[in-house]
Order: sequence, then C-alpha cells, then structure tokens
Amino acid sequence: MQLELTKDQEMFRRTVRQFLERESPLTKVRELADEPAGFDRAWWRQGAEMGWTAMLVPEELGGGTLSGQGLLDLALVAEEMGRLVSPGALVPVNVVIASIVDAGVGGHGKALEALMAGEAIAAWYDGSGVTASPAGGGYTLDGTAELVEAGADADHLLVTARTGDGLRQFLLPATAPGLTPTRRDSLDLVRRHADIGLDEVRADVDTLVGGDRDAAAAVDRQRQIATVLQTAETAGAIDRVFEFTTQWAFDRYSFGRPLASYQALKHRFADMKMWLEASHATVTAAARAVQERSPHAAELASVAKAYVGDRAAALVQDCVQMHGGIGVTWEHDIHLYLRRVTVNQLTYGTPSDHRRRVADLLAA
Amino acid sequence: MSEDLESYRLAAREWLAANLPTVDGGGARLGSDDEAWQRARELQRILHDGGYAGIAYPKEYGGRGLTPAHQRVFNEESAGYEMPLLLNVPTFSICAPAILDFGTEEQKREHLPAVLRGDEVLVQFLSEPRGGSDLAGAITRATRDGDMWVLNGSKIWSSGAYAADYGICLARTDWEAPKHSGLTMFIVKVHQPGVEVRRIKQVNGDSEFCQEFFDDVQIPASDVLGEVNGGWAVASRLLFHERTAVGGGSPYVSGGHAVARVPEPDLVELARRGGRLDDPGVRELIAESHILRTVAGQLVDRVSAGIRGGAMPDPAASLPRLFSATSNERRIDIALAVAGPAAVIPPAGAPGDLGARYLMRQGGSLGGGSSEMARNIISERVLGMPREFAADKGVPFSQVRQSQTPG
Repeated sequence: MQLELTKDQEMFRRTVRQFLERESPLTKVRELADEPAGFDRAWWRQGAEMGWTAMLVPEELGGGTLSGQGLLDLALVAEEMGRLVSPGALVPVNVVIASIVDAGVGGHGKALEALMAGEAIAAWYDGSGVTASPAGGGYTLDGTAELVEAGADADHLLVTARTGDGLRQFLLPATAPGLTPTRRDSLDLVRRHADIGLDEVRADVDTLVGGDRDAAAAVDRQRQIATVLQTAETAGAIDRVFEFTTQWAFDRYSFGRPLASYQALKHRFADMKMWLEASHATVTAAARAVQERSPHAAELASVAKAYVGDRAAALVQDCVQMHGGIGVTWEHDIHLYLRRVTVNQLTYGTPSDHRRRVADLLAA
Repeated sequence: MSEDLESYRLAAREWLAANLPTVDGGGARLGSDDEAWQRARELQRILHDGGYAGIAYPKEYGGRGLTPAHQRVFNEESAGYEMPLLLNVPTFSICAPAILDFGTEEQKREHLPAVLRGDEVLVQFLSEPRGGSDLAGAITRATRDGDMWVLNGSKIWSSGAYAADYGICLARTDWEAPKHSGLTMFIVKVHQPGVEVRRIKQVNGDSEFCQEFFDDVQIPASDVLGEVNGGWAVASRLLFHERTAVGGGSPYVSGGHAVARVPEPDLVELARRGGRLDDPGVRELIAESHILRTVAGQLVDRVSAGIRGGAMPDPAASLPRLFSATSNERRIDIALAVAGPAAVIPPAGAPGDLGARYLMRQGGSLGGGSSEMARNIISERVLGMPREFAADKGVPFSQVRQSQTPG
C-alpha cells in the first residue's frame, strides 16, 4: 500500500509475508476450509507475538508501533493477509482492542491482555438489531446480532446496542447466558460469520465500554478502523491477483505469441493497473486520515470502501477472464481471491452504503 | 538554500495579501482572450518582482532555486488570488523545463529569465493534421540552408499559439533515416514572416486551439533545441513533462491549478434545484462523482511520489492521466443525470454550461495523447508488455506509407 516504507516497516512486512507463506500458504487455506473456525489458534498466537494485536495499543499498555502510526503498520499486515487470503480475525480483534484502549481500558484490562497475547479472540457487532433496556443498575440485551465476523468462535463479544438514550457498547464473555451463536455459510473459504441471538442477556455496568454514555462517536471510529483494514486486505489481494495474472499473460501463448502482446488485452491490463494503483492510493489516504483522526477520516474511509469495494471485484473478474476456462475451476487459486474480495466488498457496509454516507456528508 | 517552509509560508501569505488582487475582489474577470493573456503577463511580472516566479527553477536562469515543497506551499497560499494560470501549461510546466533539460547555455539564458518575467510565452508545435498519436511520424520539414533552417508544413492543436512568442517545433530533417532518427526540435519565433496562426473554434465555443502554417520560415541554426536529428529525445521529454503537468505532479506549476478551470458544477445544488436531492439513486451518483474526484487526487499524490522516489518509472505518469480522463467522462455523465433536462435546456437566467461540457467530454481523453495511447504506454512501459507492431520501424522515413488524403 504505502509506497515509501520505513526500514522497520519493510522488515516487518517481510517477516509477516514469510510467516504467512510458511504457515498458511494457499494449500493450507484450502485445508482450513473444512475446519469450523477456519483458523488455528496456535497460528493466531504466533501472529500476535509478531505484533498483529499490538499496533493500536500504546506502549504503556504493552503495545507499540513500528512507525508511530499504528494503523498504517497494521494495514501492512492486512495487506499481506490479502495477498494470501489468510484466515484469522484481524479486523474484529483489532477493532475491539482499539475500542477498549480508546475508552480508557477500565475493567477490561484482562480481556485486552488476552486479546493482545492472542489467547482470546473477539467479535464485534455494530448493527441496529440489539436493544439494551435498563435493569437493576445495568442493562438487559435482546435481539439478534447478524453477520458477526468470527461470531461463533470469539471469546469476547463487543455489542453495540440501542437504548432510549443513544447507543451503548458492551463487552460480553461468549459464555454469557442468553447468547446463542448460529454459524452462517460464507462464500469465503476460511472467514466465518455467525448470527448471535441475545435473549435477556444480563449486562452489568462493568461490561460497558466507554461508560454509560452515547457510543455513537466510538462506533464511527471503529467502523473507520474496520474499513481501513478491510480495504487494505482487499488491496493486497488484488495486488497478488494482478501479479500472477500479468505473469500468466507473459507465459501463455496462443497463435504463436504471448497473451501480453495483444492490444485488446494490454489495454485491459492498463486499466487494471490504474484501478490497482488507485486502490492503493485511496487506502493509504484513508489509513492516514483515520490514524491522524482527521476531520475527513469518515469521508475518506467511505471513499476508499466505495472505490475499492467495486473496483477490486471487477478487477478480479477481469483477471478470471484473462485466465480463460482455468479461471473458473476449483483447482485454480483465483477463486479464493474472488471469494475474499467479494465478501469484503459486501461486509462492513456495501459500496452503495458507503456512497450514501459520502452523500450525507456532502449534502449536510 | 532550504528556507524553513513555515516561515516561507508566512512570508508568502503576507506578500500575496499586499500585492495580488483576490479573485472575489474583481480579479480573473476578463474580457477578450487577448486581455486575459496580457493580464497573465502582468501578473507574472508582479510575481517575478516580488521574488515568487520560478520558485523551483534554478537561480542562474531567473528562478528562486528552491524546492518543489516551497512551490507547493506558495500554491496553497495563492488560492483565492488572481494568478497567471494561463502560463502554467505549457509554458512553465512543459516547454521551459524542456529548455532546461536540453537547451544550450545561451538558449537557457535567453529564454528562461524572459519566461519567468512574463515576457515570453511558449507553445508546443508537435501534433500535425496527419494525426496526433503518431507524433514521431511528423512530416513538417526543415531543410538546412547555410546558417539557417527553412521550415515548411503545418502544426495543430497548439493551445494559445496566437498569444505565444515562441513555439517548440518538431520537424523532419532527415528523410532517409528511420522515423525517430530524422527529427529535430526547433525554437521558432511565432510572429514572423511565413508563420500563419489560425484559431480553431471548438464545439463549446472556445477557440484556444490553433493551427499553424509554415511557409519558408527562416530559423537560425542556433535555435535547434537538443541535437540535430535528436529531436525525438526532446519530444519524449516534452511528453513526460506534459503527462506530469496534466496529472498534477509538476514542480513548476504556479498557483493552485495547472490550468485555469471553470468551476466544477455543484451537484448537490443541481439536485436540490431539480427536487432530486432526496432520491437515493441521485445521492449515490453525487457521491460517486465526489469519490472519483477524490481518488484522482490521491492517485496523483501516489504516482508523483512514486516517480520522485524511484519506485515507479516515468511512464507511470500515464496512470493519473488515464484516470483523470476516464473519471471525468463518468463525472460529466453523472452531472447530466443529476441535472436532468435542465442540463441541456437550462431555465431562463440559470447558468448553462453542462451541455457544452458534455459536447467536449472526450477532450480529456484526446489532449496530450489519447487515452488509448496512455493504455499502450502503461502496458508497454510500466508493465513491460511487448510493443505494438510498427510498419515504419527501421525503415527510411521516405519509404513509409502515408495516408492517402492528409487529415
């Protein structure tokens, strides 16, 4: 994504890439498709040791960044994960970590510690399906949290709920009575989603994240972080797809000449290269704005998602076309990427949702 | 040399407030085209005398010898002031940089300080009526005659040539060499015997573009730019500067924009006026337009940094060029969709340039090399794919087949 990396960032990126190539190559991703959680906890702990869960946490809480810009550093991990369609719950775990840190940790120190160590996984729900009613000094939560990434595998669940007085966020243990996750099928081979039913779930005040105040601003920030990481992952995925498809065009001959010599195809590659670089450009700009908490952060995150969401899927489909029939076989890896970018396109807000957010900001 | 940027900014701010009119205060409202060019020269003179001309140009040629960052700071501060934007393209950002790259010491000393004072306006004489994309196939002819060259032929699509002093002109000087090897670049005085400049009226009513006719024009041998028969190297450099300028990455552009722009249509206002602002489909279109414009700027930043830092090759400048062309096409379509019939039949008293913009929609995909050429450049020189077959490669130019009826 970023063109100019610091030495530390460059080394970190190499380390992450080598780790993923060794520990979760595409053959492994295919195997994990049959596992319920879609990823291996020991593998995730190793990632945590590498820093996948530390970048959004200040040093005094045991975290730390490479460049002083944690989200940009973390986006490197997301990008590398995109290049290998990696499993894991990078987005929800880091969103929950950031929300705990932003809220001043409070009574969630243990959860934060476990998440940072990779011992625990967290899921996050920001939709409008859950209500919180005051009860006995705390709240009772009811409703359904739909489409929760890693929802059936998480140890902690950060739930956004509506009250008569704005939004509240609660960090609940997955074992809380009244929580019932139901797995959903996904187009992605290793990324899992679940619906979580909440039936009179008791949430004491100490489960609140950010106190008993409206959480709208916190939710906005979490969405921005999720959008940056998700679009960075997509950018990494299309980077890799474009790479191997370009190579294919050089290697594949028909009528005695490489595909790369046909102008009709060269022009499509030129367009794809332009979309690819534009995707990197807008993801980097969004990551920087969100990192710096710029007043344009919300807008630029939505710009990135709307652009990358649509373009990435179109680019991978074009690459399928460049491959010919092999591109729609189970054997060829390109479908792993098409699955990932399509799921990324349509989760955490569709491109259309994000365009409407941009329009709301423009017309305000 | 490296003046602290913040103090530079403050000094520039103060100077601008004291010396230049603001656009709101009556600046930039101009009558005829000739007045606009005259005004641009005056403004440039003011900038020059204040020490803000050619900020990133070398000192020895009349510039300030500062960094592109200083120019950027100045450009940011100059927003809202009346600036000589007409001089940016091609004079400051394309032609003068090529003189800097290829000119002799005498040529640099003759032209660059004059350019930066606002005394000299430059123009490119590259495209010919026979076709714009195949630039190296130029058939405008220069023949050596003692200490002089004699120029005959015609150039086209040179914008603002009628108001320019010198044209950077590509001409064929060796017909027996293969096409790229028989070209020479000249610095040609525009207003002299044998040069006729004719303005071309476009569909939107503008007539900035010109066609020139050369009839035995006398050029001193000292006005060759670069090597004799080495004109293609100069042309390539002009094209690079052009792509950089059009893409928004030139360090020589002075003022907020490379070109004087007609203000963008306000889509929110258009939709509101048409009673469509609550239509979710219309809102998405408005956002899409804004997103494309935003990403275009982000891509310029990325590619400029990439080329500067060596992570991308020079031809990558075609990426933002192609993006800006294709996204503008889409954005003009969106403007029409949002405005509805009022786009083409404006209500009485309402401003109505959307229709004319639509007629000129392809302009961005044609000027400065077509979008198809940009795609060739990206695939061949960024991605390294095989070059297109050229029937004129390695063949003496005199044997290359030409159009039956010159366009």
